[in-house]
Amino acid sequence: MTYPALATIILMPPVVLGLATVLTWVERRLLGLWQDRYGPNRVGPGGMFQAVADGTKILFKQDWIPPFADRAVFVLAPVIGMMTVLLSFAVIPVTMGVGIAGDMNVGLLFILGMMGLGVYAVVLAGWASNSKYALLGGMRAAAQMVSYEAFMGLSLLGVVMMAGSFNLHDIVAAQAGLWFIIPQCLGFGVFMLAGIAQTHRLPFDLPEGENELGAGFHTEYSGMKFGMFFIAEYAGIVLVSSLVTTLYLGGWRGPFLPPAVWFALKTGGMVVFFILLRAALPRPRYDRLMALGWKVLLPLSLFNVMATGTILMLRASL
Amino acid sequence: MSTTLASTREQGLADMISAHLPNGALATQSTCDGVSIIWIAAADLRPAFAALKASASLMLLDLAAIDERDRTHRDGQPQAAFTVVYHVISLTVRVDEVRIKVPLGATAPALPTISDLWPGANWYEREAWDLFGIHFHDHPDLRRILTPPTWTGHPLRKDHHARATEMPPYSLTEEHEAREQDAMRFDPSAWGMRPHGDHSDFMFLNLGPNHPSVHGVFRIMLQLEGERIVDAVPDIGFHHRGAEKMGERQSWHSYIPYTDRVDYLGGVMNNFPYVMAVETLAGITVPPRAQMIRVMLAELFRIASHLVFYGTMAQDVGQLSPVFYMFTDRERVFGIIEAICGFRMHPAWFRIGGVAMDLPEGWEGLVRAFLDDLPGRLDEYDAMVMRNPIFRARTKGIGAYTTAEAVEWGITGPGLRATGLAWDYRRHAPYACYDQLEFDIPTGTNGDCYDRIAVHVEEIRQSLRIIRQCVDNMPAGPVKADHPLTTPPPRARTMHDIETLIHHFLSVSWGPVMPPGEARASIEATKGVNTYTLISDGGTASYRTRIRTPSFAHLQMIPLLSRGIMIADLIAILGSIDFVMADVDR
Repeated sequence: MTYPALATIILMPPVVLGLATVLTWVERRLLGLWQDRYGPNRVGPGGMFQAVADGTKILFKQDWIPPFADRAVFVLAPVIGMMTVLLSFAVIPVTMGVGIAGDMNVGLLFILGMMGLGVYAVVLAGWASNSKYALLGGMRAAAQMVSYEAFMGLSLLGVVMMAGSFNLHDIVAAQAGLWFIIPQCLGFGVFMLAGIAQTHRLPFDLPEGENELGAGFHTEYSGMKFGMFFIAEYAGIVLVSSLVTTLYLGGWRGPFLPPAVWFALKTGGMVVFFILLRAALPRPRYDRLMALGWKVLLPLSLFNVMATGTILMLRASL
Repeated sequence: MSTTLASTREQGLADMISAHLPNGALATQSTCDGVSIIWIAAADLRPAFAALKASASLMLLDLAAIDERDRTHRDGQPQAAFTVVYHVISLTVRVDEVRIKVPLGATAPALPTISDLWPGANWYEREAWDLFGIHFHDHPDLRRILTPPTWTGHPLRKDHHARATEMPPYSLTEEHEAREQDAMRFDPSAWGMRPHGDHSDFMFLNLGPNHPSVHGVFRIMLQLEGERIVDAVPDIGFHHRGAEKMGERQSWHSYIPYTDRVDYLGGVMNNFPYVMAVETLAGITVPPRAQMIRVMLAELFRIASHLVFYGTMAQDVGQLSPVFYMFTDRERVFGIIEAICGFRMHPAWFRIGGVAMDLPEGWEGLVRAFLDDLPGRLDEYDAMVMRNPIFRARTKGIGAYTTAEAVEWGITGPGLRATGLAWDYRRHAPYACYDQLEFDIPTGTNGDCYDRIAVHVEEIRQSLRIIRQCVDNMPAGPVKADHPLTTPPPRARTMHDIETLIHHFLSVSWGPVMPPGEARASIEATKGVNTYTLISDGGTASYRTRIRTPSFAHLQMIPLLSRGIMIADLIAILGSIDFVMADVDR
């Protein structure tokens, strides 16, 4: 194992966790800006240390497990949630050289696999809590995430076909001339929707659905176990944003500025877009979300695969 | 489907009822407010109501009881220990209304139910049972409704204590605690629900009393199959504070602040029917300037209340931002209200005979600036909320009911107008100076959640229009009637002759003494028809204060609307009903 890889392994988790923590503050400030109010602005410059204060508070809270819960699974669920997101970052190519397993030849499949495992966190949390609101949340999560995963993979096939590889470095390299967002605009749209559904953020936050289910699958969680779900959600936003950057926005490519800065800018822009969605849109009903998935997005992504394939074949035969 | 109002009946409602009585009326009683009261025998009740129901589309506005045992001024009224009053109105071009009273004896008072004829009577009869101990035969579900199931006695009876100091000190013994705990255990069959379906068990979900979307302390027991609601049973009473009982202890004047808190979003809108009823009892004519000020403030509060509704409704379907914009606007309304009244949410600013004081200098500028600003912002909200496709998908076709159902269940206000019936108390029984003001009555067509919201939004615009007319045409003159029974009483001559000084002293220290009689005043409040019925027995306090609030009737309809829908739809319906639990439980 080379020295830089070791350094990345050590640095990646704190950086991602730090980013996710700061993101909680960024989101609250941005929401405040868009909603004609301040948001947290008291602790540190511009309220920046609010995230630290919240983190400290949540770390010191009583670690409580409801007596009616299934203890082992109840503890395991947030761990799974946190772990799968962190592991996914291993294959994200921040720049040419940085990335733990950057050259993994099935990088994209690895990420999809990890996202698939991430469903367990939510479903098990809902089940182990042994409470009705949590159960309903877990049920919704199972249905929503499993079905959106199906065509999340399909929507990415177009990118894979055009790059001819599952390796994320190759995919970025293949966008040298044109970012995939233009030829793959359909796949991009489907992937975005599926990405929001996977991170269960508003407008697709049905597993939590505050107005309907209290707090959904994590109703019974408190203290750091809740904190892990929370951080995992924000790390998930960063993950999906960096995936979008890598797959559709040319990754770290860009003129003048260093590659890492381009990557950060593009990812940051996507994150802000995620937050803007939350500020702007209401939540569709659960069954309509499922109908949208199976009746609209699935055919669209299939069509995208066929169209991309056909065009590639025609081009090759010319 | 647009429904138009029938023109005024050829035959008055009172004559119509008299014609349907098998044995004729026991007596008729005249009241200060001009609405006739017909006394009928208990045996005639069901035939009379069955005939009424068949022959005309009437609304049972209110059903309440009176404990007559301590009352001295009952001239010409039949002997009774308890009386049950049915208030029936017809939604015609000029509102026609009548009150029907049934006398009952002191021991085990009972009446047949009319909840099979008027489904809306169900909760009202339960309330009369709970608070007065009047039994209704064949009632489907005669349980306590406002007090807890473990309560002993019937609080609105005159022999029931009104204050904690009238009771021995409270202590929670172990067996008492066990009894209370036991009463909280949920038993589906006691709530009229089956625990098992044909193929599977149902899941019972306790929505509330502290759930983010029930707007206060309100509980609904849901019988679920997956996320689909099989049945829903609302449970109210968590916010019951005995407002009607307090009315019997407070002086006529000092009860005004209590009314503020009944619909806590409505502010002075609650003072309005109360002081109107007292003025009717006292025979006070309110001067035009005071009338106009009252209307202006009431409409400002209507805007404030509707803005809260609009914002929280958007939030209930998951839209996070609108509620902040609308609360900012509401804050501006409160800025004006604070400048005028000195208070924000509960100004208690109306007085018997007028208002507390004249408008402050510069009020016109404040109001005009607001009038110019809000319409533009409302247009922005239309784009953000009403035209948002997800919002429309969540609210269109959800929770719909027809005009006929609305009338049957006693639905008034925006919930009634959303079904297409352009009926508004301000127009069809004008009070204060509404007959001099121009405004439209917005209506919907489908009676669904979306239409209810659209009606609310349009009502904000109409209220702005009314306020503008008030600002343009504010008459000069006094803001309180020159009448000895106004509060505080006129004191211009107190230092000149002893007679005035004595009267002033008594009126301030004891409070005014209202002449005996009965009076009722209704207004179009923010959420529907709000009615205060006051009975004076010639004292410094009311003998019976009856508050008919719109939200109480509206919540009764929830089971009907929620069968077969998803939980998320129920949340949208709850939001669109626009209720305040203090308004339900009083």
